[in-house]
Amino acid sequence: MPKRLLILGYGNPGRLDDGLGPACIEALRTRVLPDVTLESDYQLTVEDASLAAEHEVVIFVDAAVAGLEPFDFREVQPTETLSFSSHDVEPGAVITLAESLFGTRVKAFSLAIRGYQFNDFGECLSRQAQSNLAAAVNFLTPMIRASAMGSMNNKETGHE
Amino acid sequence: MAKSTYPRKIVIEPVTRVEGHGKVTILLDEHQQVQQARLHIVEFRGFERFIQGRPYWEVPVLVQRLCGICPVSHHLAAVKAMDLIAGVDHLPPTAEKMRRLMHYGQIFQSHALHFFHLVSPDLLFGFDADPAIRNVIGVARKFPHLAVQGVMMRKYGQELIKATAGKKIHGTGAIPGGINKNLSISERDGFLKDLDQMLKWSRETVALAKDYTVTHLKELADFGSFESNHLGLVRKDGAMDLYHGNLRAITADGKKIFDQVDYQTYADYLSEEVKPWSYMKFPFVKSLGPERGWYRVGPLARINTCTFIDTPEAEVARQEFMAVTQGKPNNITMAYHWARMIEILHSIEKIKELLHDPDLQGTDLRAQGRTRRNQAVGMIEAPRGTLIHSYEVNDQDEVTRCNLIVSTTHNNTPMNRAVEKVARDFLSGTEVTEGLLNRVEVAIRAYDPCLSCATHAMGRMPLVVEIRDAQGDLVHCRTRGVETDA
Repeated sequence: MPKRLLILGYGNPGRLDDGLGPACIEALRTRVLPDVTLESDYQLTVEDASLAAEHEVVIFVDAAVAGLEPFDFREVQPTETLSFSSHDVEPGAVITLAESLFGTRVKAFSLAIRGYQFNDFGECLSRQAQSNLAAAVNFLTPMIRASAMGSMNNKETGHE
Repeated sequence: MAKSTYPRKIVIEPVTRVEGHGKVTILLDEHQQVQQARLHIVEFRGFERFIQGRPYWEVPVLVQRLCGICPVSHHLAAVKAMDLIAGVDHLPPTAEKMRRLMHYGQIFQSHALHFFHLVSPDLLFGFDADPAIRNVIGVARKFPHLAVQGVMMRKYGQELIKATAGKKIHGTGAIPGGINKNLSISERDGFLKDLDQMLKWSRETVALAKDYTVTHLKELADFGSFESNHLGLVRKDGAMDLYHGNLRAITADGKKIFDQVDYQTYADYLSEEVKPWSYMKFPFVKSLGPERGWYRVGPLARINTCTFIDTPEAEVARQEFMAVTQGKPNNITMAYHWARMIEILHSIEKIKELLHDPDLQGTDLRAQGRTRRNQAVGMIEAPRGTLIHSYEVNDQDEVTRCNLIVSTTHNNTPMNRAVEKVARDFLSGTEVTEGLLNRVEVAIRAYDPCLSCATHAMGRMPLVVEIRDAQGDLVHCRTRGVETDA
């Protein structure tokens, strides 16, 4: 039986706000949360399809260079065609591959946390990004608990 | 703007399915013939500065942030330098073998990812297939067993990295002087369980790459190909050694330029040329100069430079590979893929050897340093080729200088040559056709470049083609699926 929920944060923690995805996972790890798989990586890769296929629901957490503040949460649709490098697999492609390769139709969402500083090396988040991260973690926490109880809202939102 | 009949510049920017950013410019003369072709790299330097002032023992972890695809290579190249900085010349057997296991896991997963998910669409569907199909999802739909195989091989290598480095991101496994963990019996047994399957798939993959190359040899022999020097690390007896060795460089016909060079002295043998049109440097063998001294690195160069491979099945595969060119170095650009798959077989054979070695369960993990040094070089054969990390450290243990020469930088001139060759052979008229575009990509992809790593760039890359006239004005622009006239 597949596990319920996977939260996969990705980005480069050495590139300032690009590290928002992994930072979100680290923040969630400090909380006591039931029945959730937490993973982080530099970027999505094809083998994430295998991991996704082991779950019913996947939330992809990434930094956003533009868009809504503090974050944008929306459902991810499977990507039918794509052209990508191994540095750059889109969430939609991951769930397409999960179904094509492993026969698992995964429900997926993206949580794009707005960042501001990307064009340098550094291991810290900007002040605004930290604030957005806190909002995103507070948004995810009850969702994870609801997921463990067997219900999860499919809401799309640009803020809490 | 009306189309010009003057010399034109065609820009292909960036290139899909290679790592990072790239742009190709093809300059035409007044007769619409290719005058020059160049691969441009978008540069974002700064990593060396980022490292300065850091304690040297932090560096093996920090450098993994250079690249999300081959962090292990940077981790190991850096720690090999830091071993010496810390005064350690010899590692305990457990430490060296754990590092080797990590490295072979890295080679295995990186080559699997490249072949199955970046290259196989070109080989299975043909260079001229619709890009909407010629991608990994197309492979997943038409050849699902191959796509699953690629995913599972990649995953196996990633799990090896996790078991040896501690975690997938920012592993801390290798530390100056050793390693911080061994491989438990349960971890070992987990890998042994899937080993035979990985070996079987690796053999099949070598066969696939070989059959493709031999079957299409006539068209591939000239595709983006040229004679070049080759560079790689080899063991003292000449065997391929991807983790450690001495430098050997050979000419296109196999004559040794230098051999068994201690890589601490690499700067006496290799230099880097700067060109005004590129942010990326152009390495060359000093004794030959920049015009004749450029060389290739990576799987093709490694197969060409080594005397033999010390694992039985990969050695048989190497001999079959070398037979195609009657034992002389193979200079066929597309033969990179076959060479890469020979290395995948070599890596899994090495992994098998290591998993059966009880030293991996040893507890002597770290050597104590004797004489602290202030400068050192770490070198490794990364998946894409020779990787050089050079450091200077002050008496306060802070890094004061860092210089990195990554595989893609070594291959800078060869990639430019490949692009130029393809442009000369396949450009017809003044428009960049889909066929030309595909072939330029295929030629670059043979090198498995990691452009973001080479240039410390970030971001993604769509595909854009521009034609510019002699004055630099845009005449024609093309991206994937979109075409416009200026």
